[in-house]
Amino acid sequence: MPNTQQLEDITTQVRRDILRMVHKVNSGHPGGSLGCAEFFVALYNEIMDRKDGFDMDGIGEDLFFLSNGHISPVYYSVLARVGYFPVDELNTFRLLNSRLQGHPTTHEGLPGIRIASGSLGQGMSVALGAAQAKKLNGCKHLVYSLHGDGELQEGQNWEAIMYAAGNKVDNIISTIDLNGQQIDGSTDTVLSLGDVRAKFEAFGWIVIDIEKGNNIEAILKGMAEAKSKTGNGKPVCVLLHTVMGNGVDFMMHTHAWHGKAPNDDQLAEGLRQNAETLGDY
Amino acid sequence: MKTYENTGNKDTRSGFGAGLTELGKTNENVVALCADLIGSLKMDDFKKNHPERFYQVGIAEANMIGLAAGLTIGGKIPFTGTFANFSTGRVYDQIRQSVAYSGKNVKICASHAGLTLGEDGATHQILEDIGLMKMLPGMTVINPCDYNQTKAATLAIADHDGPVYLRFGRPSVANFTPADQKFEIGKALHLVEGADVTIVATGHLVWEALEASKALNEKGISAEVINIHTIKPLDAKAIIDSVSKTKCIVTAEEHNHLGGLGESVARVLSQHLPTPQEFVATNDTFGESGTPAQLMEKYGLNSDAIVKACEKVIKRK
Repeated sequence: MPNTQQLEDITTQVRRDILRMVHKVNSGHPGGSLGCAEFFVALYNEIMDRKDGFDMDGIGEDLFFLSNGHISPVYYSVLARVGYFPVDELNTFRLLNSRLQGHPTTHEGLPGIRIASGSLGQGMSVALGAAQAKKLNGCKHLVYSLHGDGELQEGQNWEAIMYAAGNKVDNIISTIDLNGQQIDGSTDTVLSLGDVRAKFEAFGWIVIDIEKGNNIEAILKGMAEAKSKTGNGKPVCVLLHTVMGNGVDFMMHTHAWHGKAPNDDQLAEGLRQNAETLGDY
Repeated sequence: MKTYENTGNKDTRSGFGAGLTELGKTNENVVALCADLIGSLKMDDFKKNHPERFYQVGIAEANMIGLAAGLTIGGKIPFTGTFANFSTGRVYDQIRQSVAYSGKNVKICASHAGLTLGEDGATHQILEDIGLMKMLPGMTVINPCDYNQTKAATLAIADHDGPVYLRFGRPSVANFTPADQKFEIGKALHLVEGADVTIVATGHLVWEALEASKALNEKGISAEVINIHTIKPLDAKAIIDSVSKTKCIVTAEEHNHLGGLGESVARVLSQHLPTPQEFVATNDTFGESGTPAQLMEKYGLNSDAIVKACEKVIKRK
């Protein structure tokens, strides 16, 4: 079991992976990826109970679904760093014939991926379906999912949120990446989400805030609390307060790096701020 | 010529319901989801017999498709049930990304397809669903012709690994195929041998094609009738072999001529055996309220329309 310092070292390396992947192909989504780096590292190294290897059905282990598929760089980096596929394959991100498509997909058979995502708002329904399958199979493991905050503007989420509570799907922990940013600006200016906690609570969910969503210890503590709330007849929502672009100072607190790659100088500066820890791919 | 007996009118949706009931007993991995239309989809028995494997999702079709995709992760075989309109157009992107592109083993079962749902009118009468579904890579598209065949198809798709769109309807129509038939996905059925014209029909139009072949026979025209229950993958060989003999073809479907069976047939023939073809289908239009028979008459989808199309296409040989 890695300690906090080790998880932080992994996170630093994941940031380097994200920057280098996006820079190489001059496309991709670094902002949200960097903002969720600590969460992914904690989730895959500490929080989830995972089997060795990969099979689609995932019986006997926790499952994770990424709904906001555009933050594929952090997903791919962490999947590779925990051993689902060779780290060197990160070199193929967004290239022709790659398994690392712009948005995650099962179509190319990349281990670790169980659903395609990218068109927003679909992941919670899928995660709920997988959670229901776990109940049918008598599998006591949990289903985790991650969603962007702007993504909550998609109506399908609210169908799913209503369904989960109405059907007591209590083996799911859905995390909302509350970074307050989307492509066209802040979520407040584009389409205000209002009080997200109150909305989830009104729909019958248990809600847990992780105020320091870029702090490993806070994430571990908050997710442990979330896990303790499962199995009580209610779905669990985690509001993860993150900073978009976290860990690279000029990318932080802005929507400008939602879907923009750094140039050579910016890459160098970003890497300077995040010194190699595990070795670059 | 070979003739077929109507053993009594039945609705194809009840064939689906009967198939689902049987699957409930024989395949423990089959689960069913419905968006507030249990009675219309004839899913009552499955719900009653297997409440733990039945999911009432409410009026939330997008969520239903996503739930179904998720249920496959864990080895379940989900059958979703709602009207054809809400099974396809309303949830196209959910099917595209979460089911088709993700390669999930979901069976999208759609009742009240086409004009023959009748009085509810155009909001519910989808005539574009075959096109929408056949364009999705990896999607199998099936439109059985009667109660018995719909039941057989429902059983067959549970054994097929991959996404399927199963299309059926509301009204009671002739039930004439064998009760004990084995349904083979992608395999066209030769119903009547003929020499002068090939009629390729799907769904409710198969019985109309049989009626048309009798009328044509009385006029001295020998029509070959093929039941294409599977629009994708299309049995190209059956079509080419028949047309090699008859030299002309009429396609018949309860669907828009844009995107339907007829266009799939035309693509095959234009590549392999260019052939005069007439289309019995709706002409780029919405439907309207009326009885099923009135609508099929007004929009040219009955046996009379098929007879006329055959006479027309024979002259073009």
